[in-house]
Formats: sequence, C-alpha cells, structure tokens
Amino acid sequence: MKGWKEIPIGGMIVDAGNAKEYKTGSWRSIRPIWNEGKCTHCMICWFSCPDNCIEVVNGKMVGINYDYCKGCGVCAHECPVNAIEMKPETEFLGKDGE
Amino acid sequence: MAVKERKKLAITGNQAIAEAMRQINPDVVAAYPITPQTEIVMTFSQMVADGRADTEMITVESEHSAMSACVGASAAGARVMTATSANGLALMHEVVYIAASTRLPIVMAVVNRALSAPINIHCDHSDSMAERDSGWIQIYSESSQEAYENMFLALRLAEHPDVLLPVMVMQDGFITSHGVEIVELLDDDEVKEFIGEYKPLKPLLDVDNPVTYGPLDLYDYYFEHKRQQVEAMKHAKKVYLEVGKELSKLTGKEYPYFEKYRLDDAEVAIVVMSSAAGTTKAVVDKMRVQGKKVGLLKPRLFRPFPADEIAEELGKLKAVAVLDRSASFGAGAPLFTEVRAALYSAGKSVPVASYVFGLGGRDLFPEDIEPVFEALLSGNLPKEESYLGLRD
Repeated sequence: MKGWKEIPIGGMIVDAGNAKEYKTGSWRSIRPIWNEGKCTHCMICWFSCPDNCIEVVNGKMVGINYDYCKGCGVCAHECPVNAIEMKPETEFLGKDGE
Repeated sequence: MAVKERKKLAITGNQAIAEAMRQINPDVVAAYPITPQTEIVMTFSQMVADGRADTEMITVESEHSAMSACVGASAAGARVMTATSANGLALMHEVVYIAASTRLPIVMAVVNRALSAPINIHCDHSDSMAERDSGWIQIYSESSQEAYENMFLALRLAEHPDVLLPVMVMQDGFITSHGVEIVELLDDDEVKEFIGEYKPLKPLLDVDNPVTYGPLDLYDYYFEHKRQQVEAMKHAKKVYLEVGKELSKLTGKEYPYFEKYRLDDAEVAIVVMSSAAGTTKAVVDKMRVQGKKVGLLKPRLFRPFPADEIAEELGKLKAVAVLDRSASFGAGAPLFTEVRAALYSAGKSVPVASYVFGLGGRDLFPEDIEPVFEALLSGNLPKEESYLGLRD
C-alpha cells in the first residue's frame, strides 16, 4: 500500500480502470472452506455466488477466489452436500502471506 | 517604495468584495442570498449583467447547492468564487468539507453573522468558527480595505500548487459589510497580472486525461488523504507570507500572520480579530497617553493557526486577554484555546484571560475594553471566562 506522499491528492483517481486492482475480499470476516472430497460439482454454489467467486474449469469446481469473496456465506448455505464450511477469518490471520 | 496614487471609492465592505470579484473575474460564481452577504452577490451579478465581468452566474435554491455547484465547477477546472453568511454557511457545512478534502481552490467571502437560534442577523463569529476544522484556510479582515485586499491574497494562496485548498475571507457583518469606508482600489490590469491565469491541476473537462473526483475512500486510503491536507496547511503558512510579499509590492502594505499594534514594548496585550481590533487600537492609544504599556495582537490568519509565532510575541508579556466573538459552550472560546495552547506548547506561562463579547451583534465599546487592560496591568485576572457588554 502506498504512503501519503505517493498518492494523488484529494482522493483523485488518475488511472482509468484501476478498480480492477481493488481487492474487495479484504472486507471478509468469515471464509468459505471448500471440501473437495464431498463436492459433487452440481454448480449450485456457482449459480448462488453474488460475486462470481466460484472458480470453475471444464465444468468442475476448482476453488474459491478469496481476492473478491466477501464471505456472505450463501454458497455454504445453498450447498446440498455441505461441502462448504464458513470459518472465522481470525483462524487464518498471518497464515495467508497477506 | 513609491506606491502609486489609487482610485478611492466610498463603498461598503460588501461592495469592496464585489469590486475584488469583478477584478478577479472568476469563471463561475454560484451563490444564494443571505443577510448580510446578499449585497456582495447582488452587486456582482449586476456587474455581470452589465458586461463588466464574464462570469457564469449560477443562481441556486440553497447554500448547500451553491457550494455543490462550486465544487463541480472547480473540479471541472474553473476559477470559482462564492459568498455567504451564518445559516447559509451552516447549510453548506457538508459541502464545505468536501471542497477542502477534494482540494478545490474555491474562494468564499464570508460576512460573519450569528447563527440561529434565536434568529439574529448581526455580527458574531459563530458561523465561521463552526468551520474552523473543515480544512479551509481562514483569513479575518478588520476593515473593508483589508477584506478587499485579502481576496487577492486568498486567490493566489488557494491556487498555489503546494496548497490547493479553499479559502474563506471573513469580514464583520453590518459593522464592516454595510459600513461605508474609503477603499483604495488596485487597477484592473494590476489585479489581472497579480492573479495570473488559473491552471487547474487535473480538470474534469480535460477529456484526454480522464480523472475521477470524489470516489469512495475507505480505511485503506482515507487517512493518507487527511494527512495530505495537514501537509497542505503547513505549506499554506509559508505560501501566505510569500504571496503577501508580492501583494505588498502593489499596495505598499504588509500581510503578516497577525498585526502587532504597539506590541513591541507592551507589558500586556489584548488578542482580538476583525473589526473589534479597530476599537481596541483606539483604547491602546488612549492608555498609552496615560503611560500604560498596553498593546494589541490582531490575528489575520486563523487557519492555519500561526501558533509558534503568536507564542513568541505573547510569551514576552506579563498577561494577555483574548477576546472571542463566539463561544464554545462547555469549553473555552476558539481563539482563546488556540492562544493558550500555543503559549503552553512554547513553554510560556503567561497568564491568559478569556473574554467573550459581541454575540449577536452586541456592540463592543472602548469603555468595555479599558477595564480588560486595567485587569491585565493589575495582575488581577478573572479565572473563568468573562463577558463584555453582557447584562447580569
């Protein structure tokens, strides 16, 4: 993160399209943990996620994008086989290399 | 230094501000009428209607809208001015902060008037003091002449690349705004040369270099932007003197942080801003004739507050009284708390007494001021906030 001497004054944004660099996942207080063994790849979480954070490759779920997941818990709630569990972010403090 | 003979007009403080605005010829003025400021925009809009200024006048439905239009126009890249008083300034409050935080060099003439309630149209400083933490530079004027000249100082200070902050220029409602005085005007060409062409930092209308103004700014960067404002105020203190020196070349007058009146050899002093300083000067002169070593310190620049410099001056004295034209209910009055904190920070243990006067336009007479000096000279200072001209 840049210091106060390095950023434009007045909150001005001088680079177009830089919202892409803004990782809104930092707002999250609970984290979805995916259990690959239980997952049936039914795609209900993919349909349900409001932030498009369920990562899918060739029709299979492969993981969750924590850069943008805000921890709403809808995926865990909707999963018919309880393959997603919400855990407090405090359990991961200092463990993500963030 | 020879200063040339000037055009002199017998005009009110408000008309003097309108003259300054005509000479500055801003791109945009957005304003809403409110007593006692109304005459400024009324006079200026007549000048625009008569073709004496090229300004785009935006008549709005409230002061909140006036400052909002100023913010928009300034972000677009225009040189922008407005004027208000009292409840109008209070209604602007939200956008006053936005103008400063967005770093828009808007210049606003404020004609000081008491805030409601009860409703009152006369002078005190409760309106501008309520904005003292808004991030605007504040300059207080004793007379119409000072108010007129402060407008040019304000404009250059606001637009300086190291500053980029909005500036309020205060004068006392009715006392100065409606009192007719002789005001010496600069020539239009001199003003034009002094203020120069405005070069906005990153105007919205520069479509080749698109920028966003006023985005969401959360706990990750907001703090850094506030720190930048702190720094800009530090720069403003330096730039204020530099621009003042340039203005001195035109007017032959000086623009220090504060005016010292018979202070250098004084034993005690009063600190007071704006028109009441004039009355205090008359009392100083009278008491000096009686051999009493009294003086005056009149702050001109209140934000940023020149704490070190004021402490250095007052630190030599035996006692000081600060006269505030506004109260801070439940705490010390604004100017008093600043002055006392400045002395404490400088390690000076000069006794400082606090007097509140003039609320709602109550007159301050020489007979009110003389006992303050006598109390300072006798060392018999009131321990609590005292009131001048108040009926018990």
